[in-house]
Amino acid sequence: MAGPGVRIEEIEGEQLLGALAALLAAKGIVTPAEITAQIAATDTASPAQGARMVAKAWTDPAYRVLMLADGTRAAESLGIPMRGAPPLGVLEDTAGLHHLVVCTLCSCYPRAVLGYPPFWYKSAAYRARAVRDPRGVLAEWGTVLAPEVRLRIVDSTADYRWMVLPLRPPGTAGWSEERLASLVRETDMIGVTLPEVPGG
Amino acid sequence: MAGVAVMSVPGGRVAAGSRVRVRDNWPETRGKVHIRTPHYLRGQVGTVVRHLGDFPNPEELAFARPAQILPLYHVVFEQPVIWREGRAGDQLLVEVFGSWLDPA
Repeated sequence: MAGPGVRIEEIEGEQLLGALAALLAAKGIVTPAEITAQIAATDTASPAQGARMVAKAWTDPAYRVLMLADGTRAAESLGIPMRGAPPLGVLEDTAGLHHLVVCTLCSCYPRAVLGYPPFWYKSAAYRARAVRDPRGVLAEWGTVLAPEVRLRIVDSTADYRWMVLPLRPPGTAGWSEERLASLVRETDMIGVTLPEVPGG
Repeated sequence: MAGVAVMSVPGGRVAAGSRVRVRDNWPETRGKVHIRTPHYLRGQVGTVVRHLGDFPNPEELAFARPAQILPLYHVVFEQPVIWREGRAGDQLLVEVFGSWLDPA
């Protein structure tokens, strides 16, 4: 769909960004170096970061304790930039309890560890239905919870950002952290799906 | 969950396990506001899980006004009670500022 109109918007965007950055620097609010550092931090944010944390928690009991107590420190200990990010809370799934994260008021999302939110997470439909018909939403994702599993929907309304620490899937005994991390998807850390072994 | 009277702890915080009611208050009907308490919780009773920290009041921050530092709580609500449908035992866990909570 890239036409001439799109290109013009990009140029205008660059000019606006340049003008804004110059103003911020002139007023002593933010330096160009700080902006560059923040852009770098934003660019490294992706679900792969959260997946590293999950895989480490699956294999390292001490890290699991840290992650559940203080998600921000746990992320920083893996070199994930958290400066300026809201505090990160981690929700521990167990054999009897599954978590599902939503932000009904807007689109609060743990961007530092999961990157940009997927489009559906920001949709009015997901935000409304996750709190009212959560099991219906899960069924549409093909996620089936055992009958005895309770569901906790976490509405991210204020100053924290939340990610799910899902259960380690069966059939992964002896796997390395890297291999485990490759299993974990953003949807697993939102809670609409469960990590699974491909073909398993 | 068993009803527990609201207990203050040092610093004026509400203790974990306290039963609380979200204020049935609708400031959005009275003018421009920015509110982090979802509609579906107004007037509902829940249980404090823990104090998450103290944060500047977003209702003031949004308008660049001086913001009071308020305690933020994780409060759990029975999901089928709120929506009158759903599975018994399913719960909603929501961040609610202390300024929106009364003893229940």
